[in-house]
Amino acid sequence: MIKHTQHYKNIRPMYVDLTPQPGEKRLLMEHVQVPNIHTLPVYESKGGYQALKKVLESKMDRETLIKEVQGSAVRGRGGAGFPTGNKWNFVPKNTDKPHYLLCNADESEPGTFKDRVILEHLPHMMIEGMIIGSYAIQAARSYVYIRGEYTYATEIVDRAIQEAYKAGYLGKNILGSGFDHEMVVHRGAGAYICGEETGLISSLEGKKGWPKLKPPFPAVEGYLRCPTVVNNVETLACVPWIINHGAEAYAKIGTPKSTGTKMWSVSGDVTRPGVYEVENGIPFKDFLEKVCGGMKGGRKLKALIPGGSSAPIMTAEEAMSCTLDYESIASKGSMLGSGGMVVLDDSRDLVQVLKNLAEFYREESCGQCTPCREGTGWLEKILHSFTERQARREDLQLLKTTSQNMIGRTICVLADSIAMPVLSYLEKFPGEFENYLQGSSNTSSMSGRVKHNG
Amino acid sequence: MTALENKKIEAPVKFSPEAQQKFEKILTQYDSKRSSLLPVLHLAQDEFGYCSDAVVEYVSQIMELSPAQVMEVVSFYTMYHRKPTGQNHFAFCMTLSCWMGGTHQLYKNFCARFGIKPGEVTPDGKFSVGKMECLGSCGTAPMLSVNETYYESMTPEKLNRLIESCRKGEPEVP
Repeated sequence: MIKHTQHYKNIRPMYVDLTPQPGEKRLLMEHVQVPNIHTLPVYESKGGYQALKKVLESKMDRETLIKEVQGSAVRGRGGAGFPTGNKWNFVPKNTDKPHYLLCNADESEPGTFKDRVILEHLPHMMIEGMIIGSYAIQAARSYVYIRGEYTYATEIVDRAIQEAYKAGYLGKNILGSGFDHEMVVHRGAGAYICGEETGLISSLEGKKGWPKLKPPFPAVEGYLRCPTVVNNVETLACVPWIINHGAEAYAKIGTPKSTGTKMWSVSGDVTRPGVYEVENGIPFKDFLEKVCGGMKGGRKLKALIPGGSSAPIMTAEEAMSCTLDYESIASKGSMLGSGGMVVLDDSRDLVQVLKNLAEFYREESCGQCTPCREGTGWLEKILHSFTERQARREDLQLLKTTSQNMIGRTICVLADSIAMPVLSYLEKFPGEFENYLQGSSNTSSMSGRVKHNG
Repeated sequence: MTALENKKIEAPVKFSPEAQQKFEKILTQYDSKRSSLLPVLHLAQDEFGYCSDAVVEYVSQIMELSPAQVMEVVSFYTMYHRKPTGQNHFAFCMTLSCWMGGTHQLYKNFCARFGIKPGEVTPDGKFSVGKMECLGSCGTAPMLSVNETYYESMTPEKLNRLIESCRKGEPEVP
């Protein structure tokens, strides 16, 4: 039997400076730096569980509660940006089947590490949001599906749940309301695709994380074919604030269509990588300069991946003229996504960057749909032929048609998540590919020597 | 692996009383037995070191599934190991931000230093290596994990220190 050397498991949270920066607006992260805010007494001393009390002690009508969340116009913070209240409202009101709420803590989108801050420091805020959400959709059970690698976060969330049970916020007849609720932490085991909501459901059912065809949508037929809501960690953590301060107060923050704040995780070539919460709608330019401390080493911005690696790339000009909200980023042909921002300076080779991402998607394609299983591998091989200087001019077209044949032809959007970026790099940075075509030999791209696991 | 070694590992596959207790608790947390499969496999891997054929067989029995149903799950997820790992399993994050931070060089140096690649263990059983996709530490890139502990903002010097401390059996606190 192999016994591992004792490592200091679960030793500490992420090494990242959480000091508020000028330009931030913190609703969720207001108390993130308070020592031991991850424990129940400290969270309660900062107003924790007041929202749950407000809902349960008054036995708030479920429709009123859902209307409140709809009124805040808060949108899913995991990537798709779907209005949360509407998602809750889709759950059928009169079924005999049990209902479930699943918290998607399978944070795996390259560039994204903001949920980790909530899980490690503010688990009770998420748990409070989950209990309120579960009450709204009448779920007797909820699960926190947390990625298997986040061992420290798993430990913290698990302890927080036990504290909540002891305090009577979970279990039978919560706060005398007659509402019973069980909450369980469920560890994933290393698969990007399980962050896709139906892949997550398959995984929770004890299967490989293959996404399912929609419709039926999970709200009607999800986990164990019962009505299920899947919400991101950050989305659920917004709920207590909305209940405490009211939908109107939340909707006043941000822009009319992108209300509230967003937590951004910033990495790459900036002076201060980290997790920041800002009001939706602030200019990216200010965000970069004030909040992130500007470009590292005073270099020039070349490109921006705004919302996780699935988001199409933006040129420096597009980035500098956009504001951080769903609409403005979409108007530049990209998406806000998970808020996993990767900043690239003028020393970066974007063909190499794209190849790295293609490797990721080839590795993480679940293999269920042919266009994705084969397409991701093709994209990787073609890009490899560029970086090996073996690409032919017609490979530019091959990249394009391969991508176009992947988009919209699969069960989930993993294929689109690499095909869209490929098209955006081709369109916005043709010169980067041209550099690799100059002086290249005429070898067929598909014979490129791709080494896996090497 | 030789047939003999295989047999040695296969012989004692059965949960200890403590693991059995954990197993029974896991079952109560789900409305379908099969839903417990991922946590049960984590438990089995902690208990037996890795998911050998015998472990897959054992889990399929206690979960009332076919070995194929268990095997498809084991092979789908990267955290379940089909082969023994070293006492210190170094898993390097290879995705964008870590890659930009130089993780490929750290990984290459590590492999060259020990003459191993993924799936292999050093002859003394102390080290093995793996490539991982994004581990959610992009702001503290480059990073790697050893067994289940994250080591962030790595440099070649820090990696050397970590290796030496693991060699002595007293891994550094991250």
